[in-house]
Amino acid sequence: MSFASSVETPVAATAGAAPIIKLSGVSKWYGTRDKPVHALAETDLDIAPGELVVLLGPSGCGKTTLLRMIGGLLDPTQGRIDISGMELWKNGERQGNAVANLGMVFQDANLFPWLTIEENVALPLKLRGVAKAERQARARELMDLVKITGFERRWPKELSGGMRQRAAIARALSYGPNILLMDEPFGALDAMTRDSMNVELQRIWQETGKTIIVVTHSISEAVFLADRIVLLSPRPGRIDSIHPVPFPRPRGLDVQTSAEFQSLVKTLRHRLAEVE
Amino acid sequence: MTDALATPAERTSRTRYLPWITTPALVLLLVLVWHYYTVISGISAFILPSPLKVWQVWVGMLYSPRAWSHTLTTIASTLLGFFFGMLVGVGLGLVIGRIRWLEVTLNPFIVATQVVPKVALIPLFVVWFGFGMTPKVLVAAVLSFFPILTNTVLGVKSVESGHRDVMTSINATRLQTFLQLDLRNALPYIITGMEVGVVLAIIGTIVGEYLGGSAGLGYMLVSEMNSYQTDGLFAVIIHMTILGFVFYFATGLLRRFMIPWHQSAHA
Repeated sequence: MSFASSVETPVAATAGAAPIIKLSGVSKWYGTRDKPVHALAETDLDIAPGELVVLLGPSGCGKTTLLRMIGGLLDPTQGRIDISGMELWKNGERQGNAVANLGMVFQDANLFPWLTIEENVALPLKLRGVAKAERQARARELMDLVKITGFERRWPKELSGGMRQRAAIARALSYGPNILLMDEPFGALDAMTRDSMNVELQRIWQETGKTIIVVTHSISEAVFLADRIVLLSPRPGRIDSIHPVPFPRPRGLDVQTSAEFQSLVKTLRHRLAEVE
Repeated sequence: MTDALATPAERTSRTRYLPWITTPALVLLLVLVWHYYTVISGISAFILPSPLKVWQVWVGMLYSPRAWSHTLTTIASTLLGFFFGMLVGVGLGLVIGRIRWLEVTLNPFIVATQVVPKVALIPLFVVWFGFGMTPKVLVAAVLSFFPILTNTVLGVKSVESGHRDVMTSINATRLQTFLQLDLRNALPYIITGMEVGVVLAIIGTIVGEYLGGSAGLGYMLVSEMNSYQTDGLFAVIIHMTILGFVFYFATGLLRRFMIPWHQSAHA
């Protein structure tokens, strides 16, 4: 089996650094006692600071469930999640100090239509009681980072899908979390915008040094973005294999035409066909 | 890009100004038909007075302090009733929109206040509160709160789950989520409910005045009728209609100021 050579043991993170995200025996059951659904089997995973990890898998493999548990939106049935050494869930209650290290971006930008772009980006700061001048300055800084300067006073509906998603990234970064969790962030965009957003995400990641987890079902997107690809398989969802991606950074879109890229895509596609 | 940045206002600018031409034209047509019908048919002015006569009586009303005092009475009862209707409608709507068991518990009683013939309550209110302002305010409130309530509930329930996820992920408190998300999401719905509610408040007030009292446009209507002044009757009806328009459009103006981001604010 050709994929075997590239498989690490699931638990191992980048050597040396303490993991910024640590999953220990995390599992999730949905539904009633009569008809429970096993969404995610017991899962262990360490993610190192500054890593860009992609969770890849077919629908129903539990990748979104996993991400939502790490993001504090869904409590695990069993197991423990540590964010920067702080326990995320205690007795089914999310812990605010751990959540403060997390920023989330969803498939839809989910900007509030009654706020301008700048107000949307600054909303988390407003809720934290940051003074207006300061949060405005911070919002402009971030809008500059994601390249939507000039749209401060626009309503979200006046922007294209890609622009809205950039604003959503700026909002998630506004309060300075170390970790960015992205659930199929570019899934609703057209193919060309999607390619350029992936290049942009790589740039933002390199400029900010955040730890990023991206959920996707696109193999080429996963290979383009990831330091490590975590491949999940369904029924119940579980980690099937982990694939390091060795291509040097920054990667241009041309890397997709290289033989190594194609070969890794092929390996992953075969493996996905086997687990589905 | 230019198309993406075009506001709905720009796209609908042509239809936007259309009513400024069509409305006067249609009103004029209606008045002409009315006028020639009274001339040709020779119908008694007691049954249908000519528009010119009605116009004269209405203009006369505008110079009559008595008519203005009745108008102000009606405006005061309407606004007060509408205010209480809004208080109950928005307040209760925000709460039961979020708390399912409360909605289920209260729903039969809320529906009961609407299916009972409200006009039949007026004599009861008169017995309880006399012939003053209170029963009118009460009727106006009972009539206007329902559309405001149902729209508020709808507004709270239509919050997108993705927006809730955002509030959770940025660590918002329940109060913050309520103020920044539920309330703001419900605002366009609340304003729609207010537009319907304010018209019902006027109707409630006038029917209240009509059935018991000695002041207001509803009372004026009865007294014109009792003295067989059909032209006066018409003049009061026109007066009420204009008042209704003013209230309706004033409420509609709230859209521009309170929800400038919403499609409806540019229609």
